[in-house]
Amino acid sequence: MTFEALVLQVLAGLATGSIYASLALALVMIYQATHLVNFAQGELAMFATYLAWSLINAGISYWPAFLITVGLAFVLGVLIERLVIRPVERAPVLAVVVVFIGLLVILNSVAGWIFTYTIKSFPSPFPEWMGVRYMAPHQVGAFGVTLIMLALLYLFFRFTPLGLAMRAAAQNPESSRLVGIRVGWMLALGWGLAAAVGAVAGMMVAPIVYLDPNMMGGILLYAFAAALLGGIDSPFGAVVGGLVVGVLENVLGAFVIGNELKLVVALALIVGVLLVRPSGFFGTVHVSRV
Amino acid sequence: MSRRALIACAVLLLAACVLPFVVTNYRVFQMSLVLVYAIALLGLNILTGYNGQISLGHGAFYAIGAYCTAILMDQAGLPYWATIPIAGAVCLLAGFLFGLPALRLEGLYLAVATLALAVSTPQILKSHPLEKWTGGVQGIVIVKPDPPAFLAAAGIKLNQDQWLYFFTLAVAVAMFALGWNLLRGRVGRALVAIRDHHTAAEVMGINTALYKSLAFGVSAMYTGIAGALGAIAVQFVAPDSFGAFLSLVFLVGIVIGGLASLSGALYGALFIQFVPNIADEVSKAAPWAIFGVFLIGFMYLMPVGVAGALRMLTARLTRRKLSQPKEAIA
Repeated sequence: MTFEALVLQVLAGLATGSIYASLALALVMIYQATHLVNFAQGELAMFATYLAWSLINAGISYWPAFLITVGLAFVLGVLIERLVIRPVERAPVLAVVVVFIGLLVILNSVAGWIFTYTIKSFPSPFPEWMGVRYMAPHQVGAFGVTLIMLALLYLFFRFTPLGLAMRAAAQNPESSRLVGIRVGWMLALGWGLAAAVGAVAGMMVAPIVYLDPNMMGGILLYAFAAALLGGIDSPFGAVVGGLVVGVLENVLGAFVIGNELKLVVALALIVGVLLVRPSGFFGTVHVSRV
Repeated sequence: MSRRALIACAVLLLAACVLPFVVTNYRVFQMSLVLVYAIALLGLNILTGYNGQISLGHGAFYAIGAYCTAILMDQAGLPYWATIPIAGAVCLLAGFLFGLPALRLEGLYLAVATLALAVSTPQILKSHPLEKWTGGVQGIVIVKPDPPAFLAAAGIKLNQDQWLYFFTLAVAVAMFALGWNLLRGRVGRALVAIRDHHTAAEVMGINTALYKSLAFGVSAMYTGIAGALGAIAVQFVAPDSFGAFLSLVFLVGIVIGGLASLSGALYGALFIQFVPNIADEVSKAAPWAIFGVFLIGFMYLMPVGVAGALRMLTARLTRRKLSQPKEAIA
């Protein structure tokens, strides 16, 4: 293993890791508001990526198609929250998990039905000059887009009244309702934002893994692991967790165990970390009153 | 057990014995699978429904049971019935050992650890070092057992499917009886107490670590025995039939059937065996979309599962005060 090869794998890991980080962030956003992990998050991203593919195939150029897709994903997320999730708001936790699993199989099956299960290639919008010494243009671009998106989200939640209202609704629904925040709609907006973030992740990962209805299965698991590693209630942790998982996966796959078992070893490592730090790197330790 | 429940069980058992003589062989095979799933779901229900530990990885224990049976039949030449206790014992140990680190994990963290187990299973089964036993991607083909000679000598003629059904039924009845005995007394109360309030249970003197890891072991044993029976029924094991989706289907089964209820395992098993078929008849193009709609629909109508809904219904009909089943997982 030369030093150069190591640098190459670490940088490639950061690029895929930033995609895991986006999806992990989407999971954390919904978790903070509802204390549930959305198993359908990956399939939502997959579906949005197919929408982008159709738009591009219909002759719209990449960046307008990108923006329209993010908008459509937002609307789809809001609609799903209003129509599917809201009726089971008060149901037992596992019942909601089953609804998520239902959403997952519906989105997967409908995508396969409309767009067929054949694997499609998805374009990368980044020009050749963006490549640097150790990174391909798409890797630089995906990393950059993720960073910009994270910065925008940070600014939104930190400095706008709507962002403040959403944080308040997630943290303390009762008090928020008393000061006039429409908590139900804040949840729906959270779903919309998470779906939009997921859509960006989907469009960034599709040129690497190619487009097919099952493309998000493994990625969702990595995102899930990343979110837990960083601490499921910490957006910053989700991003760090995503990058760590991406680098681990790449470096282990390239130098230590080969591609066959890299998923297994990466997951075993993550579980190992959770055993030592059950709340992840940045998560708050849960304390409950007896 | 109340008299009414006793009568219901007797009628159910009688119907189960008559069934294979009135329907086609294919339906008999399907009913065998329902019994297999019912045992697996009962196992998962002991862990998740009664003890409150969520597992998205029970497909792995199902796979271990199935592969134990297949390897023992294929390589060691053991008769099918002898492999089942061995598969159960192996899974009991595997579950107990997995349950030890799982003690430190709760809720979501346990969910992701078990999901990791489920996702890894096909890859481990396919991996090179194990290939000479597991047959790699190809899997293992096993022969369907014939009815034993003493039955034919006694003048009872059964075909292979019918015999397999009765064999599975016998194991299922034994496993349900065992489960009922386990859960109705001291052990069952301890499991439920841990689920409802961990600290309070510990203060009352329950050895929570022991009970939680034992629950994991026993639960894995049930699912492993189901896997062994399932392998004999379908006569084939291959890594890709034991992916993460199987584990999700098991979870769906216990929630739809009803958490923390013995009969729920049976309803859940009927659901996961037959609803995909119905969905396939409704729409050939997107059968899983129809399955998903069924899932969501069931949860709208019966958020506490079929068993919970039936309990409420009988309570309303007999106008007794119902004790609401507690939510299993916080």
